Amino acid sequence: MPEVVVSIGPQHPALKEPVNFKVIADGEKIVRLELDLSYNHRGIEKAAEQRNFIRVLPLLERVCGICSHSHATVFSKGIEEIMGLSIPPRAQYIRTIIAELERMHSHLLWLGVAAHVIGFNTLFMWTWRDREAVQDTLEEMSGNRVHYGMNEIGGVRRDLTPAQVEAALARLPVLEERIKKYVEMVNSEETMLIRFRDVGKMSREEALKYGAVGPTARASGVDYDVRRDDPYLAYAEVPWNVITDTHGDVYGRTRVRVGELWESTQIVRYCLENLPAGPIRVDAPKTAPKGEILSRYEAPRGELAHFIRTNGTDKVERVDIRTPTLANWTSVAVCLVNQNIADIPVIVAAIDPCLSCTSRLTVVNRVDKVGR
Amino acid sequence: MAVPDTGMSRRLVNWARAKSPWITVYNSGACNACDIEIIACLMPRFDVERFGILVKGSPRHADILIVTGHVTLKQASRLRRVWEQMPEPKYVIAMGACGAAGGVFHGLYHMMACVDCVVPVDVYVAGCPPRPDEIINAVVTCLNLMAEDAAHGGKEWRRKKPATGADTEGKSCTVIP
Repeated sequence: MPEVVVSIGPQHPALKEPVNFKVIADGEKIVRLELDLSYNHRGIEKAAEQRNFIRVLPLLERVCGICSHSHATVFSKGIEEIMGLSIPPRAQYIRTIIAELERMHSHLLWLGVAAHVIGFNTLFMWTWRDREAVQDTLEEMSGNRVHYGMNEIGGVRRDLTPAQVEAALARLPVLEERIKKYVEMVNSEETMLIRFRDVGKMSREEALKYGAVGPTARASGVDYDVRRDDPYLAYAEVPWNVITDTHGDVYGRTRVRVGELWESTQIVRYCLENLPAGPIRVDAPKTAPKGEILSRYEAPRGELAHFIRTNGTDKVERVDIRTPTLANWTSVAVCLVNQNIADIPVIVAAIDPCLSCTSRLTVVNRVDKVGR
Repeated sequence: MAVPDTGMSRRLVNWARAKSPWITVYNSGACNACDIEIIACLMPRFDVERFGILVKGSPRHADILIVTGHVTLKQASRLRRVWEQMPEPKYVIAMGACGAAGGVFHGLYHMMACVDCVVPVDVYVAGCPPRPDEIINAVVTCLNLMAEDAAHGGKEWRRKKPATGADTEGKSCTVIP
């Protein structure tokens, strides 16, 4: 049969975000995948060079609306290291709490979307209902549902009151119970097993070769998590486990994420119960000395890296953002080969793609004001 | 279809449209925050389906287009095409600070100045991102606008109305042909 090019996107009912797939198919089987990712390119890296450290954090939060705390934290972590600041433990714990709440909301969101793409809308509604409990906690702590604005260079901007801690702890048992149910559902629900098992398989060797990160890699048996292997914030003090799986398919990735949901609730609980007293920030100098750093962070989707170069002024000379979704796209292109066209949404959704993060490069014709 | 403006069938169509607005969402370069808040609107907590509001994938089925975020240069022609595919009367809601004026991304090299430069916007929602209740409020505002327009015989009447807001002269934005 001759090969056919199926073009999907940038506006398509199956897509949540603008991306263009050119799927080269032979009958129902996928032969090759070509991607165009850069619809959402905004030029944040360039803009970051022109704003000082106070103004750059709100900008970097808006790299992505789902992992906004990740981008702000990884940047302030890097700058603090260049400045040689030591952050008070209370600030570290608050950052950890927000980070893990963000991971919970992101994974619950993902589980819902994954259920939605296989037509299991009941679970979609359930997870998003439970996600509202996490959103409420985040809103109480930070004042906003999505962009939290908790970070600043030298610590956090808002302290947690005892009432907030209590309210957050009161919500946790309900969430834990729901998450236990999801763990059970993922392992026994026939609807999910049929659509997730043996779909988008990737071996450990392939995951390493194509540089997969985060839950995608851990589902293929790569035992790697920045939180454990290069501890930052309060992770070194908190007891928790890295979740891995050996299935390597969408089923495995679901199991890893649901497992991480449980770990996140435990980390949040530990941090809330053992919140150290003390100040929440230190005074940071306005300028950073000349230096270079690669700051790493385990975002909900995987390892996030910011390369930061400073030149002694109050602005960065260069910030380069390597987002987890960008690292995972290659593995998707590999997973898709020889799969059915109908499985594209679920395989793509399995890496939890975030196109806003990933649009790092585009071709711009400034004369005609056209992006290609 | 030639339907007299004040006829029974036109009134029926107007009534049905106001009771069940179908919406299409277009991410024209947003950071996803607005998108997840729109999806949160559909969920049990806010549940917009009880108002008959339904999110559709295809612009050809939609009455209201929600543009999330500012418009990147690459997306401008695509957004215009999506808008052109919608049946009349069509309404546009621009979401968030980005939708109104670019927000934190204002003036970057891959940006249009505003959503209004690409497609005509009827309702703006403030916030970064707007809360789900604000989004529902925007849709309701849009419905009121629809009812008002329908009572005056279409969207044209608003153009003839004397401008009440700020003067738009000298606005430096490129309109996509």
